[in-house]
Amino acid sequence: MKENKKTYWKGLEELTNDETFVKNAEREFPEGPSNLDGSNRRDFLKLMGFSLAAASLAACEAPVRKAIPYVNKPVDINPSIPNYYASTYASGGDYASIVVKTREGRPIKIDGNKLSPISKGGTNAIVEASVLSLYDKQRLSGPYINGEKSDWATIDAEVKSKLSTAGTVRIVANTVLSPSTQLSINQLAETIGAEIVTYDPISNYGISSAAKTSYGVEGIPTYHFDKANVIVSFGADFLGTWISPIEFAKQYANGRKISKEKPQMSRHFQFESNLSLTGANADYRTPIKPSQSGLAVLALYNAIAKQSGASTVAGGAVEVGHLDKAAKELWANRGKSIVVSGSNDPNVQIVINAINDLLENNGITVDFSKPSYFRKGDDAKMSQFVSDLAAGRVGGVVFYNCNPVYDFARGAEIAEGIAKAKVSVATNGTMDETASLVQYLAPDHHYLESWNDFNPRKGEYSLSQPTISPLFDTRQAQESFLIWAGNNTNYYDFLQENWSSSLFGTQSEISNFQEFWDRSLFNGVYSLSAESSAVQSLTDISVAASSISKTYKADNGGVELAVYSKVGIGSGAFSNNPWLQEMSDPISKATWDNYLTVSQKWANENGLKMAEGATRKANITIGGKSLSVPVLVQPGQADGTVGLALGYGRSKAGRVADGVGVNAFELLDASKGFVNYDITEGVSIELTSESYKIAQTQTHQTYMGREFVIQEATLGEYKENASAGRYFPKVYKEGEFLKPSKISLWKGHQYSQHHWGLAIDMNSCIGCGACTIACQVENNVSVVGKQEVLNRREMAWIRIDRYYSSPEGASTNEELELAADNPEVTFQPMMCQHCNNAPCETVCPVAATTHSSEGLNQMTYNRCIGTRYCANNCPYKVRRFNWFKYHDNKDFATVNVAQNDDLGKMVLNPDVTVRARGVIEKCSMCVQRIQAGKLTAKREARKVQDGDINTACASACPTNAIVFGDMNDPESNITKMLKIQEDTTSALKEVNEERAYHVLEEINVSPNVWYFTKIRNKDKSEA
Amino acid sequence: MSIKRSLTSVPLRLSTLAVLFFLMLGTQVFAVNPEVSDSEEAISAGKSIFNANCRTCHRLDQKNVGPALRGVTDRHSLDWNKRFIRNSQLLIASGDPEAVAIYNEFNQLVMPNHEFLSDDDLMNLLAYIEYGDKVDPAAQAAAGEGAQVAGGGTGIPSEYLTIILGVLVVVLLLILIVLGLIISILTKYLSNQKLDEEDKEFLDQKFDFKKLIRSDAFVIIITALVMALVVKTALDELYTIGVQQGYAPSQPIAFSHQLHAGQYEVPCQYCHTGVEIGKSANIPSANICMNCHTHIQNVGGKEGISPEIAKIYDAYDNNKPIEWVRIHNLPDLSYFNHAQHVAVGGVECQTCHGPIEEMEVVYQHSALTMGWCIDCHRQTNIRANGNEYYDKLVQLHSNSKDALKVKDIGGLECAKCHY
Repeated sequence: MKENKKTYWKGLEELTNDETFVKNAEREFPEGPSNLDGSNRRDFLKLMGFSLAAASLAACEAPVRKAIPYVNKPVDINPSIPNYYASTYASGGDYASIVVKTREGRPIKIDGNKLSPISKGGTNAIVEASVLSLYDKQRLSGPYINGEKSDWATIDAEVKSKLSTAGTVRIVANTVLSPSTQLSINQLAETIGAEIVTYDPISNYGISSAAKTSYGVEGIPTYHFDKANVIVSFGADFLGTWISPIEFAKQYANGRKISKEKPQMSRHFQFESNLSLTGANADYRTPIKPSQSGLAVLALYNAIAKQSGASTVAGGAVEVGHLDKAAKELWANRGKSIVVSGSNDPNVQIVINAINDLLENNGITVDFSKPSYFRKGDDAKMSQFVSDLAAGRVGGVVFYNCNPVYDFARGAEIAEGIAKAKVSVATNGTMDETASLVQYLAPDHHYLESWNDFNPRKGEYSLSQPTISPLFDTRQAQESFLIWAGNNTNYYDFLQENWSSSLFGTQSEISNFQEFWDRSLFNGVYSLSAESSAVQSLTDISVAASSISKTYKADNGGVELAVYSKVGIGSGAFSNNPWLQEMSDPISKATWDNYLTVSQKWANENGLKMAEGATRKANITIGGKSLSVPVLVQPGQADGTVGLALGYGRSKAGRVADGVGVNAFELLDASKGFVNYDITEGVSIELTSESYKIAQTQTHQTYMGREFVIQEATLGEYKENASAGRYFPKVYKEGEFLKPSKISLWKGHQYSQHHWGLAIDMNSCIGCGACTIACQVENNVSVVGKQEVLNRREMAWIRIDRYYSSPEGASTNEELELAADNPEVTFQPMMCQHCNNAPCETVCPVAATTHSSEGLNQMTYNRCIGTRYCANNCPYKVRRFNWFKYHDNKDFATVNVAQNDDLGKMVLNPDVTVRARGVIEKCSMCVQRIQAGKLTAKREARKVQDGDINTACASACPTNAIVFGDMNDPESNITKMLKIQEDTTSALKEVNEERAYHVLEEINVSPNVWYFTKIRNKDKSEA
Repeated sequence: MSIKRSLTSVPLRLSTLAVLFFLMLGTQVFAVNPEVSDSEEAISAGKSIFNANCRTCHRLDQKNVGPALRGVTDRHSLDWNKRFIRNSQLLIASGDPEAVAIYNEFNQLVMPNHEFLSDDDLMNLLAYIEYGDKVDPAAQAAAGEGAQVAGGGTGIPSEYLTIILGVLVVVLLLILIVLGLIISILTKYLSNQKLDEEDKEFLDQKFDFKKLIRSDAFVIIITALVMALVVKTALDELYTIGVQQGYAPSQPIAFSHQLHAGQYEVPCQYCHTGVEIGKSANIPSANICMNCHTHIQNVGGKEGISPEIAKIYDAYDNNKPIEWVRIHNLPDLSYFNHAQHVAVGGVECQTCHGPIEEMEVVYQHSALTMGWCIDCHRQTNIRANGNEYYDKLVQLHSNSKDALKVKDIGGLECAKCHY
């Protein structure tokens, strides 16, 4: 049996059975220091006698606690009752329409806005975590002049007079999605005769530039991955970081949701260098070098042109696996396919446009008639600006919430150039790398304190509104611009006027502007209807093709660097957020670091052996710039390439991010007129002997090699047999083999009212990790910092297990090692399984963990005495122990900021206890939300409706891979998904859905969390 | 007893007659507008409107913040009444002399508008004002008399009990002394008689107190008793750690619940606005105090501003919140929701907070320990009637003899309060 099965492993050390891995795997809890301040167990005992007496004495005095009501209670705010406001998250060109939950006037949680036609209720990790940045006490507390605190009147007077006499003035900004903001900037620009320069830290200039060349369109196309049967991506990480990942993830998952009624899913080919989140989800993934990518795109063009009868172009002679197959299937599905590329080279994007034209996708899956505005950056113009600034040709510069000193390829030149300008102004909210160099700092509000509007796509608008009064003496940047332009309108009126004149007239439904405004604000979004159509191509691709032939090589000898951005950190704008720093990377499962990802082959050649995060540092040198980075062996990394993430190496981000990792922006190349993230020449890497530890979470919490945690099948197998890939364990009893659930020591619970459960579709889960951050925010989960992650003490209640797997049949070491070069990847969200026969409950000596009458496994912190028996006995390894007091502890003040300073604590969810030292904690299935939802139903004297209650993970999930519901309710989504037919109050439900399974069914702990088998759209079981 | 009753009841009955006569005179003063209905339905519909909108400031037969209302349809025309209730300021602004007179009489107190009330609502309201909750003087007198008689007839006042007990103890002591005297006289008498050895020994035997004290059994018993007492006291004390029952801190403003909730019967929810909708009942914000205290500036109709009420003005004018001392300190690890208990469960405020309407200074009435919570959850029935949420639970429970209690639907589970 074993010979036919795939081998699954979480890290290379598990695959090779490394001795440190085996040692750690056997130990439930790591050894090592369990105290930070040097006091030990004996001191504790000595102190205990005294403290007991002291505590009893102290307890006699009632602590005087104040209850301070409002003087004037706002009508809408009732203490303990949350309010929700529709708003918009936008940073650079990243966009999500959101709903902000506030308690007592404090924003504490961000959810997706289901009314948005773009983000459709989805969020990602960065959006979820952005609420913490509001409470960053290192935000600027007021305006500064030359590093000295000043006041608004002074700064306004000086900036106004100086800008008007500065000569050439440039206003530098990231993509501005807001039409009203753009108007205010334009007013300033007109008044002082300035020019606006737009760039994006993660540029997609190639696409917008190609759109102009190919079709004469301003903007980038709108993509529809849900309408595509075949998806081909050349290095575009569209599920993780590329342009609008929340939107694309939703579309992608829609195209890949599978059921007996709809046994179809899209097929996804990925050609890339680094193993990206998108590549990890692909059906066919081919590692290629960046230097080959242009040629591969040309080759695909030629292959399709051959089939369509169009003329081929010269070039494209390159050997790339699966490319011909992709071409054939694309052609067979023309009009229902999509080809995208992550390259920032306009020439490559022109060819991509031509391919989509040939495939008749133009106007269907790739829509230029309804362009998106997520990336407006113009790399060429920005480069020109940097040259001007460095040469002292710029008299005045205004930075609008951007940090090019850090996040533009030529940041160092900007840093030097700023001093040459007569006047420099920034509106940045923190004293970052750029802000610390300018003369005038007029800090903007945080986005949760601001009014604004957005136009992310032609015909799509949204609004953002303040959800809290400004915490500091900041001012909306737009208002600053208006004041400096001599316009004293406040921005809210300006915004309304703008909507009144431009958008109110576009509808006829509402005749009163105030009503129109109120409704748009309430919904958060406003859409104009528009038809999509194909856009006529203006050029042929011969120029682009010949340029590609010159720049790309089929057979490049040297090492190549592919710079990428991480799902959690992005461009590094929010890297001072400890939630994002500690979120483990979906692929490498590393936290608190960036590192050079190398292939297994490179590691072997250079004699590097990596196990349990222990590795060595290497020096990477490009064009005279050298960085010292730790090396991480990454399965799936294309041979001859290395990867390095952006967003790290901040020097002035704040106490959390400063000094974490290295800055890869410095290595980027802006010399070709666009920012090039693929460095194909002049890269040298030298492994040093300096050892280093990367805090990876991947091999923590292992199942000790138990089989069938992951159950998967190919689409073909599924079509033949809906339960393909399923494992049906049988237990022998008295002469017959029985299902494990038929044999039990327990009587079984009765759930008379509710039976809460989760259904997790592994086919939809893309591993993005939005749920992990949502859980962290909702449940006040502590951040523990790098050292404690290394000690294997991270506190996450929900983790996403990333499994690599080899093809079936691979059993010898050589075969497995080959598989490790480009493994299949499966993601499995893992949280408390709320077992009906819970092993943890039976071993707790103090009954601190018990079962509820609604199917929940309850954890009572105030009862827990910390024996950790439960964690030892948990087969899923989802219980976390509080080794330290993480709140109000100076040792964790710089990492666990949400629980350590007065401002940070404002983000805590008041309905969830902050746990003390020495207790176990774990997923509660958001019991606070369940209780609140039940109470609402009771107060309204009705039943709980499906959808009234949702867990934080399920509501954050952009792909609806996690579904929460009441399995006793015949109308609920989860009951229908699992096909539970009988109406029973028993804990043991007969589930008729063939794909649904329990992890570790054979031990019959009977979880309330069900998983759906992963289906890959492959022809046969092949890697 | 019966003699006493008949004796006391004669003057009472006489006075009742007098009161009745007086009141009948009184009622003749109010000639109720004949259009106002005196049907039961109208009165009860009017009562709920009155309680919801008027009761905070008005009484039927007693001057409160606003005038006593009974007879209002006699004093003013129906149309005037409706206009005044709907929007008194409009009427006052129009210069209506009656309206202006009332406005000035009551310190230019602005009555809220009630434009949402329909004509029918207003007629029902007036019906209640004129005919509702009439104090039947005869009944009142009779009730008072009955209560008095009942008080004399059933119980013995506790001070008498103490006296009786004291007398009994004295009597018992006297009996003991007499018995002792008898023994000593008898012993003396017997010792003068001739007795055989056995009897003599019996007579001479002395109670050896010292020996008893030194005996092991005695020492052990006493030690055990003392230990038990010490341990019991220590345990009792330990259990009270953190329990603040009876905690009555002095507050920044000497606010009296006895006055507001007791004497003036202001409904609890008027100030504690969150009690039916959320976790917190809410300590009222100063603006809620100001609803009434804009006009009521002193206690009991005294002139000038009371120093305590002045503190509200100070807080309100200077936008400085009042820092009340929190009395009920539930630990952070337990979650308690007022709405669940009050709105869903129908629990009275007094069940947990005690006779709040009698408290001059509020104190913590209940222990607020987990045992106290659990006891109540064990005993309390679910208020399932008319609440669809509980239908399935009630149905599944229908075989049981006992009523559906909180404990039956998970009211004793940890994660109902701890998460």
